[in-house]
Order: sequence, then C-alpha cells, then structure tokens
Amino acid sequence: MLTVIWRIIYYGFKNFWRNAWPSIATVGTMVIALSVFLGLILFNVMTSKAIELIQDKIDISVYFKNTTSEDDILNIKQSLETLPEVKEVEYISKDKALEIFKENHKSDETILQAINELDTNPLVASLNIRAKEPSQYALIADYLSSQNLSKFIDSLSYSKNQIVIDRLTTIIHNVNQGGFFITLVLALVAGLVIFNTIRLAIYSDRDEIAIMRAVGASNAFVRGPYVVGGIIAGLISALISIIIALPLIYGVSPYLKVFIPNFNLFSYFISNLFQLILYQIIFGVAIGSFSSFIAVRRYLKN
Amino acid sequence: MITFHDVSKIYNHHSIALEDVSFKISPNEFVSIVGRSGAGKSTIIKLLIGEEKPTKGRIFFGQYEVNKLKNSELPALRRHIGIVFQDFRLLPNKTAYENVAFALEVAGRPSREIRDLVPQVLDMVGLADKAKNFPHELSGGEKQRVAIARAMIHRPEVIIADEPTGNLDPFHTAEIINLLLKINDLGTTVILATHDKEVINSLEKRVITLDHGRIIRDEEKGRFILV
Repeated sequence: MLTVIWRIIYYGFKNFWRNAWPSIATVGTMVIALSVFLGLILFNVMTSKAIELIQDKIDISVYFKNTTSEDDILNIKQSLETLPEVKEVEYISKDKALEIFKENHKSDETILQAINELDTNPLVASLNIRAKEPSQYALIADYLSSQNLSKFIDSLSYSKNQIVIDRLTTIIHNVNQGGFFITLVLALVAGLVIFNTIRLAIYSDRDEIAIMRAVGASNAFVRGPYVVGGIIAGLISALISIIIALPLIYGVSPYLKVFIPNFNLFSYFISNLFQLILYQIIFGVAIGSFSSFIAVRRYLKN
Repeated sequence: MITFHDVSKIYNHHSIALEDVSFKISPNEFVSIVGRSGAGKSTIIKLLIGEEKPTKGRIFFGQYEVNKLKNSELPALRRHIGIVFQDFRLLPNKTAYENVAFALEVAGRPSREIRDLVPQVLDMVGLADKAKNFPHELSGGEKQRVAIARAMIHRPEVIIADEPTGNLDPFHTAEIINLLLKINDLGTTVILATHDKEVINSLEKRVITLDHGRIIRDEEKGRFILV
C-alpha cells in the first residue's frame, strides 16, 4: 500500500516535469484565474472598508427640550445603550454644544459676535446615536418617539435625514449583495477555466490512460498521479499569483487612498500575507486536484 | 484455462462481430487466430480482457468469469494476462525501462524485485542497451520488443498478441515470432491474432480460422486457408 502511494506521488512529480508544456499551460491559466480570485478577495475587503467608512458617518441626534434635566437625559442615554441595535451613544451637553458650535464657526466673526451677545446658551443638549446597522435607525427613532420619552424631546434628526439614511442603507445593501454575486460568478468562471484547461491536458493523455488500464493498472493507480499533478499545479500557481500581485498592489495602493482614506491596501496585503497565501493555495489545490479527479474519470471506463 | 462458450457479440443487425463462438485453450498452448480484417479476431481479444462485454455467452479465464466482472475487478484479471498490440501502445513519456517496470508497479511489486527483473527481461529481448531510450527513439521492431518485455515481465499465464507484426518488416516479424515461441517454450500460453500467411504456415501450431464472426476451422498444426 505504502509502495503504491509512494509510486503515485513519484509519478505525479515525474509526469508534471516531463510533460513540461501542458504543465506550463495549466499553471499559466491557473495563475490568471487565481489572480482573479485574489483580486476578488481584495475587492471585497475594500468595499467593506468603504462601507464601514460611510456607515461611520451616519448617526441620528436627539435634541432635548430646555426643560429636560441632565439626569433625565443620562437616564435616556442608559436606556438607549441597553438596546441591542445601538452601537454607541454620545452625550453632548449644552456647554459642549456651544463649544462645538464656536469651533465650527470660528472663522465667521458675525456669528461668533451674535452668540457672544446672548446672555443664555441658545443651544440644546443632545444625544448622538450610532446604530450597528444603518437599517436599524428606524427602530431607534420609533423607540425615541414613544409616549413616555417624547415629552423630553424637542426634535429628532432622523426625520430630517430619513431619506438620506434610507438611500444609503439601500446602496450599502446593494453593494454588499452585488459584491457577493460578482464574487460568486467570477470565482465560478475562474474555477471553470482551470477545470477545462486540466481536462484538455488529460484529454491528450487518453490513449496513455487506456494503455495503463490494459496493462492492469487499477483506477487509483492511473488517477493518482494526475491528482498529484493537479495539486502541484495549484501550489505553484498560488505562489506565483502572490508574487505577481505584490508589486502590482504596491503600485496601485496610493491611488486607492483617494477613495478610501485611512486604508492602505499594501500594508493590509502584507499583514495578511500568510492568510492570503493560504486562501490561494486552498483554492488552487482544491480546484486542481478536483478537476484532475473528474477529468480522468471518463477515461477509466474500459 | 480459457473457455469461450457460445459467445456472440452483436452491435446491431448489420454489424455482427461474433456469432456462437466456442473454443477452449489449454495451458501452455500456442494458438493462432486468423481471418480477414473484420472477421472477429480483435473482438475475441477485447472480450477476453474485458474491454467489451459479450451480447450472449460466457467467457472463462482461470478462476474468472470475464463477462461478469465489474469495471473495478478488471485490473486484477489483466495482471494475469500480457498483451502485445499492433501499434505497440507504449507509454510515450516513459523510457523503455519504465514502460516494462510499469507492469510490475501496477501490480504493487516491491521496488527491489523491479530493479532485478527489468534488466533481465530487457536483456532477454535484446534491448539491454536501450533501457533509457524513450519510445520515439526506438525502431518499430525495438518498440514491439519493449512491448513484449512489458507483457511477459509479470509472468502472466497468457500472452495475447494482437497483430504484433502488422507494422513490421519480414526481418523484424521473424524476430518477434521467435520471441513469442521462446516465451511459449518457457511455459506461457500464447494467443496470436494475425492475418500474416507466412507466419502461420511457418509455425505449425494450432490455428483457429474466423470468417464473418464464425469459426470455420479449428485445427492442430493448421495452415492459413481462408476459403
């Protein structure tokens, strides 16, 4: 048994080496397909980063009536924080609001003068609420509009921003779904291209397979070396695709910063290098060995 | 050892490859099967190694009933048989040595035995110096000798030669036939399918003559007569 396994592996390597041209063609196609696969992984990372960035910009603010005490506001803050949909709540007191207002208009003398002339602080206290998912803002707004809370509340920014938030929610949802669909289709295409290349390479060996069968080789003994060859091709292709991607991503990375600030694709690539290599190898080896396995099957019937 | 019992192979109404063929072959016999192209020689061989199934009848080889074997059981049967083809059917990416060794490897024989046995058999067919050559570097006669070495190395009970001299000149033909006779002398049954009149007449061994899928003659020390 051990001898047979050893011979299968040995012939896997030997055939891969001796059939240099078909092997190079297979590896070449696999490199292209695996590069597409790698591109998809990185594309998904980038879209999710971009979406995160947009989601971070969405929030709703509750403005309280001047009559509402700070204790009441802090109570509401606490009750909000117990909601499962809420990610974080930030309390902005009247004084803080004034400070922010001044900071935002520091270049506008007229407004600063006007505000300084007032005896009282015209701004109201508020809570900034971030939901875990953009679609959950409606629920939070509903909660705040309930009877026992609405008496403290002057206004909700949600009603003003509702259209924008809803639209962003839809866009994010569509991008996520579309990205998944594109990934699925392209991964399938990449897989099929590899499968067909391997099938063609094995098709050209069909006479040899018939000879092996005639000499008394078991199906496993005929098929084994091809599966080993598929694994070798998958391994080599995975490594080559990473090596090709390295300088490409290094070159492209600065341009991507324009779209997604605070995100460096190259440093992401480097810090996740081992994981990415592992993905490539798993995808390459799986599709390589599986394709060989299936492709040989039809020539094992006699 | 080999028995065909009322075997027919019918592809369709217009194409009857074999019809009610029955014969027995005993151990250590040398049997020639002759007939025109399409008489059914190759069909008998394909049925015997399980490459095709008979439409009717039973085929026995030693302990095997060939017509009942499943695809996965065929390799075991084929390791009892050595086959030599008209077109040699060597593995193009393997050297002469590796082609011969392959028949032992598929049977799971130990490497040490393979290292000992292959040079001996290559020597017997006169190709000791061509062991490292690939098939495309060998002449037709040399290729056929490699094929015979491959067919005999695992000491099969039977060697089946399907038109082994069809692609060879008279000189190499004599060489191959002598080799088959030598193998037969060493105790292996040989089945030779051929339409080479000279070969049959010089052998003076048993001849089964086929015509249109039927056995028309089966004689000890037969001659090549088709009418």
